[in-house]
Amino acid sequence: MTATSIVIPDGMPQYEDQPRFDPALIRADFPILDREVNGHPLVYLDSGNTSQKPRQVIDAINEHLARHNGNVSRSVHTLGTEATLAYEGARAKVAAFINAPSPDEVVFTKNSTEAINLVAYSFLNASLSPKGDPRFKLGPGDEIVISEMEHHSNIVPWQLLAERTGATVRWFGITDAGRLDESELDELINERTKIVSIVHYSNILGTINATSRITARVREVGALLMLDCSQSVPHLPMDVVDYDVDFIAFTGHKMLGPTGIGVLWGRGELLAAMPPFLGGGSMIETVTMGGSTFAPPPMRFEAGTPPIAEAVGLGAAVDYLSAVGMKAISWYEKELTAYALDALQTVPGLRLFGPKVPVGRGGTLSFDLDGIHPHDVGQVLDAEGVQVRVGHHCARPTCVRFGVPAMTRASLYLYNTTADIDALVAGLEKVRKVFA
Amino acid sequence: MQLDQLYQEIILDHYKKPRGRGLREPYDTEAHHVNPTCGDEITLRVTLDGERITDVSYDGMGCSISQASASVLHELLVGKPVPDALTRLDAFTELLGGRGQVEPDEAVLEDAVAFAGVAKYPARVKCALLSWMAFKDALARAVDSSDDNSGEIKVGA
Repeated sequence: MTATSIVIPDGMPQYEDQPRFDPALIRADFPILDREVNGHPLVYLDSGNTSQKPRQVIDAINEHLARHNGNVSRSVHTLGTEATLAYEGARAKVAAFINAPSPDEVVFTKNSTEAINLVAYSFLNASLSPKGDPRFKLGPGDEIVISEMEHHSNIVPWQLLAERTGATVRWFGITDAGRLDESELDELINERTKIVSIVHYSNILGTINATSRITARVREVGALLMLDCSQSVPHLPMDVVDYDVDFIAFTGHKMLGPTGIGVLWGRGELLAAMPPFLGGGSMIETVTMGGSTFAPPPMRFEAGTPPIAEAVGLGAAVDYLSAVGMKAISWYEKELTAYALDALQTVPGLRLFGPKVPVGRGGTLSFDLDGIHPHDVGQVLDAEGVQVRVGHHCARPTCVRFGVPAMTRASLYLYNTTADIDALVAGLEKVRKVFA
Repeated sequence: MQLDQLYQEIILDHYKKPRGRGLREPYDTEAHHVNPTCGDEITLRVTLDGERITDVSYDGMGCSISQASASVLHELLVGKPVPDALTRLDAFTELLGGRGQVEPDEAVLEDAVAFAGVAKYPARVKCALLSWMAFKDALARAVDSSDDNSGEIKVGA
């Protein structure tokens, strides 16, 4: 055997030029990685479900609750002021993280699901109002375009909206290789299309969708474009200006932050044209017994006391990710994904769903093992300390597309190492033994 | 956590060699149940001859626990009078809901005692109960439709 290596000519980008970090130092920041599960060191391969939290995030939340707790945007006292500064500071950090032109374009929600619902309900509410902005008015004949690889959170809100307005939901298909099928793009997105909402990084196939052709077509027909970035913002550098989208949704808990906080980013002029979603305190301009007028975005969409400590935690998560560097994280995960794809290929009877090469895909690896039900696969892996997700991953249409009721999914993040992949592969051998 | 407590030999045996699998005719009622969190599903048919269950046929897809549980159900309940089947259904439901604290009665549950270990895995309890809940549903309707005095028929707990 002779080893081959490709020499990249001088003057071209070299592998060594990629920004890097030391995974051992990263792991030391995550207290949970010290624990054991069922007598084995924890091997956490379920970050696509929820990520683990570094000490810095846990400390920031503790510190806020212990020292600065007060309600936001309504108090003149010191604690209220500190809490408001912390909450708005987190908004500014999130805005900078995705290169939003203004922090006012960042709306805090409960999660991605609520962020997508907020946009869907804007369409419904505008459609019901005679004064609704025409860009958000939907009726029979209008079309909403989503895809077969969506999470249920980017399917159900649009189905409900279509049922209530008489509009039609249309779907991008998936190719056998697990890519978005853009072959019918020009017919699928047409003059009747009002919004296209697709996943940026599939939570089940790991596919990272190239969006530029879709964006160009959306602009051509004058529709709006939303990206579900729940899986991409935690793993890839995101620049909303560069992507030229209208809305993105993502969630804090998949990017080292706490649960209970998500983000809707929207283009400023669109948010300004959108009617309120939930009504209540904080979102008003003035309230009389005859009616109310509403605050400008983002407050218009943040009724009631918001998740304050959670926002502070998300701000700390953004600081952490930025300090490591999103380019370094995405490169590290790309190398890890390449290793995992090779390693999984050595497991007899394993069928991988989604792209087989670490290009245009992230470290979300779903597979079938010899027809053994994913519940059983996950149970045996758990006995070995290996935590994976099993089931339909809230993406049933994708499972149906590939003819399986469920899949087993390992999903990687910056604190995973090749040793975790090795533990997974060894665990899969155990699974095969139990169910042989 | 002892994996062999969960995957007892009896369970793996029923999983690999399911008894009575496949949908058969004639039947009185049919129920289709799904586990929305994992996508497992089962279609189950009940055939009655008066007060006696003459067949339980089923088909579905799911994990070893759910498939073995359907197979055990078939073996345990076919040929039994309805009241006896209901006693066993209650005992099985109680066992699975008992978080591992319920001592199963082997005289009532026979092979189904093997599912005692499953009760310690909260995430898997629904898998074991899937076919039993489908059976409960189908039986209730079969008894309902065969009962001239009809009204409310209480089945199971």
